Parts: sequence; C-alpha cells; structure tokens
Amino acid sequence: MASKPRTLYEKIWDAHVVERQDDGTCLVYIDRHLVHEVTSPQAFEALRLAGRKVRRPDLTLAVPDHNLPTTARKAPDGSRLPIEDKQSAAQLAALERNAPSFGIDYIDAVAPEQGIVHVVGPEQGFSLPGATIVCGDSHTAAHGGIGALAFGIGTSEVEHVLATQTLLLRPSRTMEVRVEGELGPGVTPKDLILHIIGVIGTAGGTGHVIEYRGKVFERMSVEGRLTVCNMSIEGGARAGLIAPDDVVFDYLKGRPYAPSGEAWGKAVAWWRSLATDPGASFDKSVVIDAADVEPTVSWGTSPEDVVAIGGSVPSPESFSDPSKQEAARKSLDYMGLAPGTPLEEVEVENIFIGSCTNSRIEDLRAAAEILKGRKKAANVRWAIAVPGSGLVKLQAEEEGLDRIFTEAGFEWREPGCSACLAMNPDKVPPGERCASTSNRNFVGRQGPGSRTHLLSPAMAAAAAVTGRLTDVRKLMSE
Amino acid sequence: MDKVSTISGRAIPLGLKNVDTDVIIPAHWLKTVSREGLGKGAFETIRAAPGNPFDVEDFAGAPILIAGDNFGCGSSREHAAWAMLDMGLTAVIAPSFSDIFSGNAFKNGILAVELSQEQVDRLLEVAKEHPITIDLENQVVTTPFQDRFGFEIDPFRKHCLLNGLDEIGLTLERDETIETHEKQRAGSLPWLDAPRKHRREPA
Repeated sequence: MASKPRTLYEKIWDAHVVERQDDGTCLVYIDRHLVHEVTSPQAFEALRLAGRKVRRPDLTLAVPDHNLPTTARKAPDGSRLPIEDKQSAAQLAALERNAPSFGIDYIDAVAPEQGIVHVVGPEQGFSLPGATIVCGDSHTAAHGGIGALAFGIGTSEVEHVLATQTLLLRPSRTMEVRVEGELGPGVTPKDLILHIIGVIGTAGGTGHVIEYRGKVFERMSVEGRLTVCNMSIEGGARAGLIAPDDVVFDYLKGRPYAPSGEAWGKAVAWWRSLATDPGASFDKSVVIDAADVEPTVSWGTSPEDVVAIGGSVPSPESFSDPSKQEAARKSLDYMGLAPGTPLEEVEVENIFIGSCTNSRIEDLRAAAEILKGRKKAANVRWAIAVPGSGLVKLQAEEEGLDRIFTEAGFEWREPGCSACLAMNPDKVPPGERCASTSNRNFVGRQGPGSRTHLLSPAMAAAAAVTGRLTDVRKLMSE
Repeated sequence: MDKVSTISGRAIPLGLKNVDTDVIIPAHWLKTVSREGLGKGAFETIRAAPGNPFDVEDFAGAPILIAGDNFGCGSSREHAAWAMLDMGLTAVIAPSFSDIFSGNAFKNGILAVELSQEQVDRLLEVAKEHPITIDLENQVVTTPFQDRFGFEIDPFRKHCLLNGLDEIGLTLERDETIETHEKQRAGSLPWLDAPRKHRREPA
C-alpha cells in the first residue's frame, strides 16, 4: 500500500509518538538526553524533593561545559585546580554529585572526552541519526546535522525527561530551506547559515522544524552540517536537520556509544529509510541560491543583522519596517558603528575561535590555514582558540595546529563554552569588539557592553591577522 | 503548579521586538542552583537606562508585560521565566513568542498571550494609564474601555493552567503506555537502548 509521502521530520516524529491525546498533544519518547551544569541543578533538586528517579539513566549523559574556565584544569602534579568563582564551583559540584547519585554517565571536567555538550554528543556516537535528542540548551539543534530530531528544552522539561523519558509536545510545522548550486571558494557552512538567517529572519522558523536540502549539504562534512543545524534556533526554529547519509555513517562508525556488529547494519538500514520521500510537502519553503552567499559577518545585535564582507553597515532607513528601523538604530548605537562604513574598515580588538557552532577539528584547521606563518595584528589585544572537546584538542595538537595558533599570538585553551556567553571568565570588555565564531551577537552576550561580530573560523583568523574585519579570500590568494 | 485563571492589573508597556533571553536574564545570573532571587537580574540592561518603563513607580508590582514580536528568542534558559516570576510578572502579551520561551512560561504558570500587532499597539496605549485584564477561561483580554481581544491557547495548556496540574505527575500516570512503547522500540530499534557505557567514575 502506498502511504502518504513523509518528510524526514515526520518519519522521526511518527516513530517516537508514545500516545496522541485528543487535543493533538503527543507524548513523545526521547532517545538521548544530554545534561550540563547550568540548566540541570533545579531539575535534579525537584526530582529529589518529589522522591522521583531518573527513568532511563542509560539514555542520559552529563558533561560540564558552560561555566567551566578554559584555563589549565590540572596542576603540574596532576591534581585538579579549584574553580575560583564560588557559584560556578558550586554548580559544577552539583552536577558532579547529581550524575552519579541518579546513575547517569558523567564525563568530568578533566577527562579527555570532556567538551561542549554539542561537540561531545556526536563525537562519542551518543547522538545518532533518527533519534530524538534533547538538552537544556537551545543549540541542541546542532545534532540535526547527523539527522537527529534534536532541540533545546527548559529546566522543567529536563525534569520531565529525567522522570519519564518523554515530553508532551505538539507536532511542528515543516519548513524546507533548499540551497541550489555550490558555495564559492572561501565560503563556509557558517557563512551559509548566517546568510540563511539573514534571509528568513530570527522568527522565520518559529513553530517549524527546518530541513536543509540540496547538493551543498550532501557534499558538506559532518562538522559543517553540525554548524548549519546548530544555528537553526537563531532562525527561530527549535530544530533543523539534514538527511543522514554515508558521510554521517562513516563519521559515527566505531565511536564509543555508537552501535556495533549486527546492530550497526540494522541501524544503517533504518537511517537510510528516513530521507524525505519524493513528493512529500513542506508547510513552508525557502530557496537560496548558493552563488549569492559570500563570506558573511554580522553588524548588529541580532543574528539576522548580517551582510557580505564586501558590504557596508546599512542605514536604518534602508529597512522598510519602522520597528526594524528603530531596532537598527539601537543596534548601531550599541555597536558604535556609523551607517555606510565598509565592514572591512571595522577594527577588532578581540578574536574568539570556539563555541558549539565552530570548535570542531575542521574549524580549527580552517583558521590555522590562514594563521600559518602569520601573526595577529598589533591592535588585537586578545585572541583565543578554544577546542570544542578534549579529543578535538588532542587531534589538533597531533596536527601541530596548537603551535600555529600560539605562534600567531593566540592563547590555546581547554575545552568549554568560553567567550560565547559570558558566564565563565572568558569575556569581552565593554565597548570592545570581538570577531567571534559563536552564534549570538545579542546585547551583552560576550560580556556587558561587548560588541560581537559573528563570522566563520577562517574569517576570524583573517581578522586576527589584519586587525579588522577582512575578506578571507584576500589572504587565501596571497 | 498554582492554578491560573484571571490576571488583572497594571501592564508594563515595553513594546520592544525580539526581546532575547540574554536581555531577560543575562548569563552571569545563571550560575545559581536555585529558581529563586533572579528578579534582581531581570531585564538588567534595559533597567540600567534612566526612565525605563520597569522603574516607573506606577508599574511597581505590575503582573503583566507587553512586548513586541518574537519575545523570548534565543536561549532555552528557564531562568528567564523564573526571573520574570520573581519580579512579579505572571503574564506577557506580544504578537509572537519563541517556541522554547512560551513552553518555559507555561511550565511556570506564566501566561504568554498572542495578540495581533494592532491589538498590542492599542494595549500599549491603554497600559500607560490603565489596568488590563486577561481572562484565561474565556480567552479574552479586556481594558476598562470597550476593548475585548480574544486569544488562542493550546487546549491542553489551558486545561493544565486552569487546574494547576503537574505535567510530570500526569505523564507518570501513563507509565504502562510508556513501557509498552519501550518494549516495541527495543524490538524495532534495538540499538537505541543501552548505548555502551562510557565511564562511571571520574578519572
């Protein structure tokens, strides 16, 4: 019998509905739950108060990342160094206590596998295609890059998943972002997703799950796909995903939590069946021409405020919507930018290469390629490279990337969320600019008064070398 | 969760679009293991400016906030909802909300009411001088004048709010159904169970 053609999202959703209520709300099974130190303590405490257990500790993995300092964690004698900030130390201690007491696997702060939860999940093979994956962090959308239905949840939902391994949800609407053609030289997945958010706006995907489609994604590495899906939430979509294929299967095979033996073959067969059926329809469709995508940077305080590097700071009057005009005026005032200024004339004092968006090995390689044999400009006060996990760090060190970074004047740090969100010691001072590979340029995001320009790792490296926002292609041809 | 039915009182006419979670509660306030006391940090950057609507005396203790499109975009931090509750806010009216924020608001008994931009504009005007009432049972927002704006709400959420139901308690009652699903899943998608153990003990 020919059934109705379904999208990738609909197939994963259907396989996980435990029960559908009359009002349309569904009880949905959760396959993987990632837990970190910031959004979990209140959930564990509530479980304890109610005398409730974690239903499936085996499907839960905890790792600290958000407020962990990225400076040395061990003394020369191998002992663990204390965390100076008392609140951060207490939050970390809570996770360290909660995970084992509820029987949850815990990767501690000095383990080589420690890292940003969204880097660790795929790297450990804990995140799998076709799985439902949640975490108390909006960038959980990243795991959609391996073909999982992955989304961020609040602490009450963390508690709900811990207690029941399910969530009460309504189905999302479906949205296709189809990219046609190929990306030009020097144009990366980060540029593509910034461009997409510029087109759809920060609320463009609200209520929807995005599926990214087109040859560009088929040819993209897993790292690149994770970068694209990671920022779906910046376009308002709680989840974004890309159909899993051999690129993903090759990436996952042999990873610690990934299935092996006979189970592997079965899993791959099911994963292959998940791709959107021909003739399946989406509630919303956006088509992007890859040829329109240039190396892209943000100029304002919303991820939709982006422009090609060859462009200029827009004037508020250039927007047709009066409220957007007002928002642009506020943004430019906060960012200390005058309309009409060419982006390439904007000087930066800080460089941050890291975050769950861009801290994987490929990101570090791309930045190192630009930095090799070069030094950061004199006006760049602070430049840090923060690998996404201990394993990424080790790999980079084996490849000698750490020396390229340090010789260029970068600090080479321990893994963590770092300067993405200003809740650990890595912050951008008030009034200073940061060329940042992270995902949000909100007011105060990298520290009170900080001014963020979002861009790709290669573009961040180029900015480090010249001391201003720079079209990386100019350094590539030198 | 406490029962929610009618919320009545002054409404802070903020009106801003894209109020993100870093504006509602900056990350440095997130280093807490408690849900309490976050009101001090709520809207910190907005409140730093003299003459901001939060610090106008008339709006002290106001239970309602009126904002622009895409309220609560950004992070999944439920601290945003806790911070708002801690400062006494139990309802937000806006033309649209981010998905994660509206979920977090609901779990904490904060009403997230979607109205059209035109209706929100009218309420922003009224709120300067007068109180506003949100009636959840009848799904309507009213003012001391002739305004009567109906709004939509997910029927399940409405039911939980009106009756003060604990969602986790409700789901735990479905234990058998969940177990049946787990058994089916173990047969059809067996690799999803018991992923190989990593390390139990910290190194």
